[in-house]
Amino acid sequence: MQDLGISILFKGVNFQRLLMGLWVTLRLALITIGLSGVFGLVFGLLMLSKRKIPKIFCRCWLEIVRFMPQLVLLYIVYFGFARLFGWDLDGETSAVIVFTFWGTAEMGDLIRGALTSIPRHQTESAAALGLTKGRIYLHVLIPQTVRRLLPQAINLSTRIIKTTALVKMINVTEVLKVGQQIIGQFYRQPDAAFWVYFVIFLLYFLVCWPFSLLARHLESHWA
Amino acid sequence: MSETILEVRDIHKSFDGPGVLRGVSLEIREGEVVVIVGPSGCGKSTLLRCINGLETIDSGEIRLRGEVISGRTRDLHLVRQKIGMVFQSYDLFPHMKVMDNLQLGPVRALGRPKAEVEREALEMLERVGLRDKAQALPRTLSGGQKQRVALVRAMMMHPEILLLDEITAALDPEMVSEVLNVVIDLASGGMTMAIVTHEMRFAEAVADRVLFLEEGVILEEGSPEQFFHEPKTERARRFLQSFTYAARRNRDGIQPKNNPGD
Repeated sequence: MQDLGISILFKGVNFQRLLMGLWVTLRLALITIGLSGVFGLVFGLLMLSKRKIPKIFCRCWLEIVRFMPQLVLLYIVYFGFARLFGWDLDGETSAVIVFTFWGTAEMGDLIRGALTSIPRHQTESAAALGLTKGRIYLHVLIPQTVRRLLPQAINLSTRIIKTTALVKMINVTEVLKVGQQIIGQFYRQPDAAFWVYFVIFLLYFLVCWPFSLLARHLESHWA
Repeated sequence: MSETILEVRDIHKSFDGPGVLRGVSLEIREGEVVVIVGPSGCGKSTLLRCINGLETIDSGEIRLRGEVISGRTRDLHLVRQKIGMVFQSYDLFPHMKVMDNLQLGPVRALGRPKAEVEREALEMLERVGLRDKAQALPRTLSGGQKQRVALVRAMMMHPEILLLDEITAALDPEMVSEVLNVVIDLASGGMTMAIVTHEMRFAEAVADRVLFLEEGVILEEGSPEQFFHEPKTERARRFLQSFTYAARRNRDGIQPKNNPGD
C-alpha cells in the first residue's frame, strides 16, 4: 500500500475543511449553550414558583424533551414548520431552536435541583446575621448554587456538543458532514472512511475532554 | 436592677393545627441567661424563632430594649443585626473559609472595615481555641469546632442578645462540652442569652433562670437550684425524671450513671 488513507487528510485543503466543519459544530453548540443558560435560569425559577400553571407548563416541556429524540425534533422544525407555517428556516437556525428547546429544559431542571439542594438553614443563618435578602442571595445562596450547578452544567454542555452531530441530517455542513464529503471524494481509497472518522473522533475528544476535566476538577474541589 | 433587653408579651403562634405557642410571656434583663427546657414539640424552638422573626407571631408583642420588633417585615434585617442566633445543625457557609464566615455579617451587614473585623475575629477565635483554623474550610472542622465558629460568628455582630437553639443536639457526645464551655465563658462575660437545650447539667451550670415550657405555655419558672432539685409542678418532675433511668441492674459496688443526657 503506497498511499495510506490518512494522507488524504493532508491533500489540498481537506484538513482546513474539517476544521471549518468543527467550527460550525462549536458555533452551534456555543450559541445553544449560551441561550440554554439564560432561558434555563428562567425555566428553573418558574419550576420553583408557587404558581401551578408555570410549573405544569415546565414539567410538560421537560417530559417532551426527555422522551422525544432530538432528531425527530429537528425534522419537525426543519421540515415540518416549513410546510405547516411556510417558515423557511435554514438548517443552523432550526438546530439552534431545537437544541435550545432541549437545553433550556435540561439546564432549568439542573438549576432547580441546585437551588433546592441548599438547606433552608443556610438562608436562616444568613438572615440571622442581619443580611438583607439581596445579600443573602449574593453571598450565600448564589455562590453555593453555582458550585453545585457548574459541574453538571458542563456535562450537559459536552452532551450538547456531541448531539450537534445530528444536524448533518438537516443539511448543515458541520464536521461530520465535511468528513463524509471528503470520504465521498476519495471513494477509491478503501481505508479513507476509517481515518477520516478517526480524526473526527479525535477532534470531538479534544473539544470535550477539557470540559470533562474541568467538571471533574470542580467537583472534587468544591465537594 | 439592670435594664430589660427582651420582653415577650402573650405571644401566640400556630402552624395549621393546634397552637404551638399559647400565650407565652417572658422578660430577659441585661446580662441574664435564661434557659428554656421542655419536652420535644413544646414550642421552645418556635419561641426562639419567633423572637428573631424567622416565624411570624399570630398575636402578642415582642420588644427589644423597649422597641417593638414583632410584626415587622421591611426592616427585619436591622432587628436581626441586634439578635444573634445559633442553630442545631452548625450552619457555617460551606463555600467560605472560617474567616470569611466571621466577616460576612460585620462587613456586609454592618459595613465595618474589613481589617478591623479581621483583627477582632482572630481575637475571638483565639478565645475559643481555634485561631489556627481561620483559613480552614468548614468541612475540614469537627462538629464541635464548627459550632464554636458558629458561636463566634454570632458574637461578631455584638448582639444585644444571643439565642441558642439546641446547639449541641447534633454533636457527638465528646464534643458537647467544648462547645458548652464556650457558652459558659460568654455568659460569664456578661452576654445576655436565651438558651434552648436538652443538656440538663449544662442548663443548671449556666442558667440564671430556668423556664419550663410545655404545650406552648410556661408551666414553671425558677432558679436552677429550685427547678432542678425541687420542681413545683408534677409535669416538670416527670420531665426531669425522663433524664434518669428508673431501672437499674443489680451489680454490687458499681454505681450506675445517673444522667445519660450529659
